Amino acid sequence: MSRIEHNMSLTGDAPSALNTQQKLSTLLGMSGLFILLLATFNLNFPNKTLWLSISLISVFAGIVWFAKASYADKHPGIKNDGIWFKSMTNRGFLAWLVGISLTGFYIILYLYPQYLGLRAEGDNTGLIALFDPFSKLLSGNPASQWFVYGTLYTIAILAFGVKFMWKYRHNRYEKLRTVSVMFFQTAFAFLIPELMARLNGKGFSLPYYDLKNIWPLNYYNFEQYRVDEFISAGTVGMILLFFGIASIFIITPILTYKYGKRWYCSWVCGCGGLAETAGDPYRHLSDKSLFAWKVERWVIHSVLVFVVLMTTAVIYSYLGYDADKYWLNRDVFLIAVGVFLTLLFAGIWYFKREELEKDARYGAIGYLVIIISLIGFHYMSGSNLFLFNAETLRVAYGFLIGSIFSGVIGTGFYPIFGNRVWCRFGCPMAAILGMQQRLFSKFRITTNGGQCISCGNCSTYCEMGIDVRAYAQKGENIVRSSCVGCGICSAVCPRGVLKLENGSQKNRISSEEAVLGDNVDLLDLIKQKSN
Amino acid sequence: MEHIVIIGNGISGVTAARHVRKLSDHRITVISGESDYFFSRTALMYVYMGHMKWDHLKPYEDWFWEKNRIELKKAWVEKIDFDNKKLQFSTGDSMDYDKLVIATGSVYNKFGWEGEDLKGVQGLVSKQDLIELEENTAYTKKAVIVGGGLIGVELAEMLRKREIEVTFLVREQAFWNNVLPLPEAKMISEHIRSHHVDLRHNTELDKILSDENGRVRAVRTSDGEEIECQLVGLCAGVRPNIDFLKNSQLETDRGILVNEFLETNISDVYSIGDCAQQREAIGSRKPVEAVWYTGRIMGETMARTLTGIRTAYQPGNWFNSAKFFDIEYQTYGWVWPEPKVNEQHFHWQHESGLKAITIAFDTETREFLGINTFGIRMRQEVIDLWLNKNRKIDHVLANLKLANFDPEFYDRHEDEIFRSFKNNLQEAE
Repeated sequence: MSRIEHNMSLTGDAPSALNTQQKLSTLLGMSGLFILLLATFNLNFPNKTLWLSISLISVFAGIVWFAKASYADKHPGIKNDGIWFKSMTNRGFLAWLVGISLTGFYIILYLYPQYLGLRAEGDNTGLIALFDPFSKLLSGNPASQWFVYGTLYTIAILAFGVKFMWKYRHNRYEKLRTVSVMFFQTAFAFLIPELMARLNGKGFSLPYYDLKNIWPLNYYNFEQYRVDEFISAGTVGMILLFFGIASIFIITPILTYKYGKRWYCSWVCGCGGLAETAGDPYRHLSDKSLFAWKVERWVIHSVLVFVVLMTTAVIYSYLGYDADKYWLNRDVFLIAVGVFLTLLFAGIWYFKREELEKDARYGAIGYLVIIISLIGFHYMSGSNLFLFNAETLRVAYGFLIGSIFSGVIGTGFYPIFGNRVWCRFGCPMAAILGMQQRLFSKFRITTNGGQCISCGNCSTYCEMGIDVRAYAQKGENIVRSSCVGCGICSAVCPRGVLKLENGSQKNRISSEEAVLGDNVDLLDLIKQKSN
Repeated sequence: MEHIVIIGNGISGVTAARHVRKLSDHRITVISGESDYFFSRTALMYVYMGHMKWDHLKPYEDWFWEKNRIELKKAWVEKIDFDNKKLQFSTGDSMDYDKLVIATGSVYNKFGWEGEDLKGVQGLVSKQDLIELEENTAYTKKAVIVGGGLIGVELAEMLRKREIEVTFLVREQAFWNNVLPLPEAKMISEHIRSHHVDLRHNTELDKILSDENGRVRAVRTSDGEEIECQLVGLCAGVRPNIDFLKNSQLETDRGILVNEFLETNISDVYSIGDCAQQREAIGSRKPVEAVWYTGRIMGETMARTLTGIRTAYQPGNWFNSAKFFDIEYQTYGWVWPEPKVNEQHFHWQHESGLKAITIAFDTETREFLGINTFGIRMRQEVIDLWLNKNRKIDHVLANLKLANFDPEFYDRHEDEIFRSFKNNLQEAE
């Protein structure tokens, strides 16, 4: 029996052969990458500007041309044919090849940038040197490994963004949000910080700041060197510092209340941007099991607790003791953190307790007790805040979460685990927005009465691993903290069942299983019975 | 505690089982020879096209059944001994029941065509049909599909996605014109052709021709034309899967005859889903309805009756949906292919040929009767309210925006539709 069930989708002829234009465009894009590879192995190109331009244009043009060859002569509509037949999108040989290459690239990028040609002293060599002219053009400084990465990242979002828009050209929601992530990546993540670096000069220096990158995703935003730079840069610096604080405490809650966390995760965020464009071919690989959902909730909220502890410890470590010098000293800060977390917890508990699952209640109580008792413990014993030295926490977070989780696993394993592993299991920003979305937002995915046929396209193509069908077939709205509002469930639904909406909070969550169809009498009967 | 046995693990049977479990502690057994676990039959096409894998068709994870104490038995029921309340399986063993629900669904029609049992001739209803299709199409370059209904157009899409040339024989003058009004049927015909399907209107199958190995080599149409093919898709409708009940005490016609409480002529024996036939038709609905949601409602209703709250099956206003290649279709209320007496159709079509609306209304009372939409999604809740409250066509057109269910930022056409309706009326007067 299981033989047939496992082989069925693989026995037929896959419509997988590439057409001539797809082959040529692959050649073009690959030759662009090959130039970068040669530079990495220290082939010293005579005219770096020329060769870098050739390389990047080839990569970009290759991807766009491939997209055109794939979709342009087809009808507008859903383009998932053969996804599960192809090696590249069904965890086959090509998928592992890409996964291993990407993972290797991230390991070198984060841990061994010297192999890319980064030199602490003297001129860069290798791949990074190839990017020097471009970096000097923008910021006036030589390139770093992050500049190389940022350039490639932006090109990936732009080129695969074009591909995504071609694929979903019948769907204006998808096109608009893709234009949005392309814009925010190019302008906010890439160009503006580079150009801002030009302003730095004598006695004035701003930290590299991608304005849309909000703490705790941007976990280093309140580290000492950055805060010092903000403060010493005068009014502009202070405005940026307060913008950073307002982003998480004021702007984010308001926008999430109105539109759900999608305003950030699938319209603005760079991680989301890459996942939705370059990662789109892998969206169906997310794990939809109930078990995966349980793991997700524990892991992502643990990361959130970790980043809160780490940031508190780091800020605490550079604040002064003396209350006379500056009002914000160590004690005021710690008490403020404790009071804020307690109030937040009490508010959720009081207003929304009945909406929390049992494990969410245990988790919330457990984590609050741990944080508060760590603070208390610190006062009693005078030992390190949170048992570890702040610097140890910072380095550990940066390495484990910032590099390994978000980069190596989150992006490197796109072709194996799907494109939103980081966003689903790791991102503390997504955890905060998710809590807001689940408890205090107008956003939901509305289910259209009894039209659902349980086909499962929505669940299959949910990159966040939400079993959308489980709700749709019961006639329930989908209100889930992890939903990034990509809109693909609604797009792939063959029966017009799902719609992303911002509406009144009344009836947003239907907890009782709705009677299907529109059988008014039956509904009355059930109400009578439950009374 | 009674032993409730359900034959068939489709949407009707499984819904009944789930709801019996919610309402009671009875022992529940669900029997199927088709598959180990409940799967979504409507999505078979997506497995063939590579959109999904078999596991994605299962709406519940495999642990669900044991956790909810729903016993699953993989077997074909061969005979039922109603007097002794005993099922006889094809493997020779048997099972006792206290209450029996027959939910065996449909099989595809064969109308006695010459050659209909040849190799390479098949329909598409069951899991076994899909497996057979995989095997058959390994050799197929050209296929002929017989019968222009919903399964026919799905099969056409499936085969086109594997680059198989498709000739599509349709009895009507335009696709599904026995259900759709002519302008819409023509629009869908155009769309099907734009996907390189050789669609033949007013054409029926005469016979299927064999090669020397008992495999189909061609079909002959009613026009006498011979069309070479290695696969024939029989998509001329489905019928209740009740052959194993012939010559028993159970009263059957096309399907198993049931009253509004889904009770058969034998006490403690019930029937739901595609295989059940209402003795008295409900409203304008057909006595046998092979529709996903009616199976689901019957399952829920059945569970109430089985657990002691005898409940009549009331499916409410008619609605349905489908997808023809890239064009989604929804219908609410009744829009007949030809307006009946005192009925009028208002038809609007977008210049793209991908969107259309037909609204049926009463010419005397101006009451809104039903709506077909193509390429535009509608909100069932709103339209249901209009139908229940007997709203006038004028109210519906003025408020059509409220019923729109398209994704955000889609083009809206309500104003154009409204103007078009007013112009039409003036022309008519």
